[in-house]
Amino acid sequence: MTDRPGAEPAGRERQEIRAVPVRHPGRWVAVAVLAVLAAMLVHTVLTNERFGWDVVGNYLFSAPILNGLRNTLVLTVLSMAIGIVGGVGLAVMRQSPNPVVSGAAATYIWLFRGTPLIAQLLFWNFLAALYPRLSLGVPFGPEFISVDTNVLITQFAACLLGLGLNEAAYMAEIVRGGMLSVDRGQAEAAGALGMTRSQTMRRIVLPQAMRVIVPPTGNETISMLKTTSLVVVIGYFELLTSAQRISNQNFQVIPLLIVAAFWYLVLTSLLTIGQGFVERRFGRGFVPDRPGSRLLSRAVNT
Amino acid sequence: MVEATGIHKSFGRTEVLRGIDLVVEPGEVCCIIGPSGSGKSTLLRCVNHLERIDAGRMRVDGSLVGYRESGGKLHELRESEVARQRRDIGMVFQRFNLFPHMTAAENVMEAPRTVLGRSRSAARKEADALLDRVGLAARRDAYPGQLSGGQQQRVAIARALAMQPRLMLFDEPTSALDPELVGEVLDVMRGLAADGMTMLVVTHEMGFAREVGDSLVFMDEGVIVESGAPRDVLSAPRHERTRSFLSKVL
Repeated sequence: MTDRPGAEPAGRERQEIRAVPVRHPGRWVAVAVLAVLAAMLVHTVLTNERFGWDVVGNYLFSAPILNGLRNTLVLTVLSMAIGIVGGVGLAVMRQSPNPVVSGAAATYIWLFRGTPLIAQLLFWNFLAALYPRLSLGVPFGPEFISVDTNVLITQFAACLLGLGLNEAAYMAEIVRGGMLSVDRGQAEAAGALGMTRSQTMRRIVLPQAMRVIVPPTGNETISMLKTTSLVVVIGYFELLTSAQRISNQNFQVIPLLIVAAFWYLVLTSLLTIGQGFVERRFGRGFVPDRPGSRLLSRAVNT
Repeated sequence: MVEATGIHKSFGRTEVLRGIDLVVEPGEVCCIIGPSGSGKSTLLRCVNHLERIDAGRMRVDGSLVGYRESGGKLHELRESEVARQRRDIGMVFQRFNLFPHMTAAENVMEAPRTVLGRSRSAARKEADALLDRVGLAARRDAYPGQLSGGQQQRVAIARALAMQPRLMLFDEPTSALDPELVGEVLDVMRGLAADGMTMLVVTHEMGFAREVGDSLVFMDEGVIVESGAPRDVLSAPRHERTRSFLSKVL
């Protein structure tokens, strides 16, 4: 590296900078304080036997906990899928030049964001009280199929409807925000090329909006992971409910909360890693290029 | 190729175009000059229906833009029909408006792929030829963010040409460029003109207008103040307003 030819003008010595770095005594004080606090924390966690680490170990991989974990995962994935698909649909409708379509989307968002999620979960669960049978047919005319509501809307289905349809309303605004962040000139350029509104949306606007949509969607997913615990109000169970059911019997509240917290942290960590990959995928063309490649391309071009 | 008669356009209460008559023959290069706010960009955007006109008739290649006339009545065209009309009219923007999430080649391939349904390999071949034509074959895989302004604008021209338009609209194509990059874009445009492309160019490049333009239009406050051969308008303007504008820019 030092003997690269032409790196230095001939006859001039390169004057290296060897300066004494600025001292930061404050940082050392902070390190000392934090080290003491950390040591205290580790000490109490290990010596206070009421943490019940043996209980934590016994239940961490127990069947009811893993069942609850599976339900949490399934509910999160499916409700977020409903939320994202519904949210994109609602956001596109919201931007429609047709006032009926955009009005319908606005009303949906108003209704589902404006009422508590618990109320919505209960509503779907008790739908049978309102409509004992659901049927498919001609409006005001003959029916083709008729089903008992309680058969169709199981507890699980009520959970999905409640969580997913509520999430769609929030996702709609996130997606709309993303679409608004794309420069108007992009849609104009696509239009000038002869692309239709839907082609422009699919190929030009949404892919660019993704960059803005992904981070808050990651937020929503992580939030959903924990919001699923609300399904307890309609008698369904997931991770936190499973942990509480056990602690109601053995009174080991703290150890079982630690078990639940552990799994929530594992899932959140996995999601955070996944989000990084998705962000890189949609950051194409926006991530600053490496200086090496720019030098090279400049040289090629001239 | 372009036939505008009595074009009026208002944004809210401001009347931006106040009765524009303009004819551009096939193969003609028509340059539009004028102070900012004179309505020249708006006029250009009316040609491909990016702006809706309030009065008058805009015809491209003989057919009305954005409307259909039948039974003595005007019918608005569907969105897909407007899109169909725009295929034949290429447009180059002041701020390039390249798609930042696609490479140079993908930008050029996008419309032939989605609008014309070309196969990937056919579109790729055409894109390579077009990028070569604007002198950017080596940069085909670069993203817009990695290109200089001049290079971006040349990709934007290639992107518009990929639809094989019969008319090209240029909206101040060099106004957002560093001075040393203006030349490379004008060179590409000069080549296009030499190949016989019909071009409508809103510009501040008087040199380009003089050398390449077949006709020159001077607009001010929403009307065409004067038009004619570029040499005549630039060296012997008949109107006081033209004279005072030219004295500021030449």
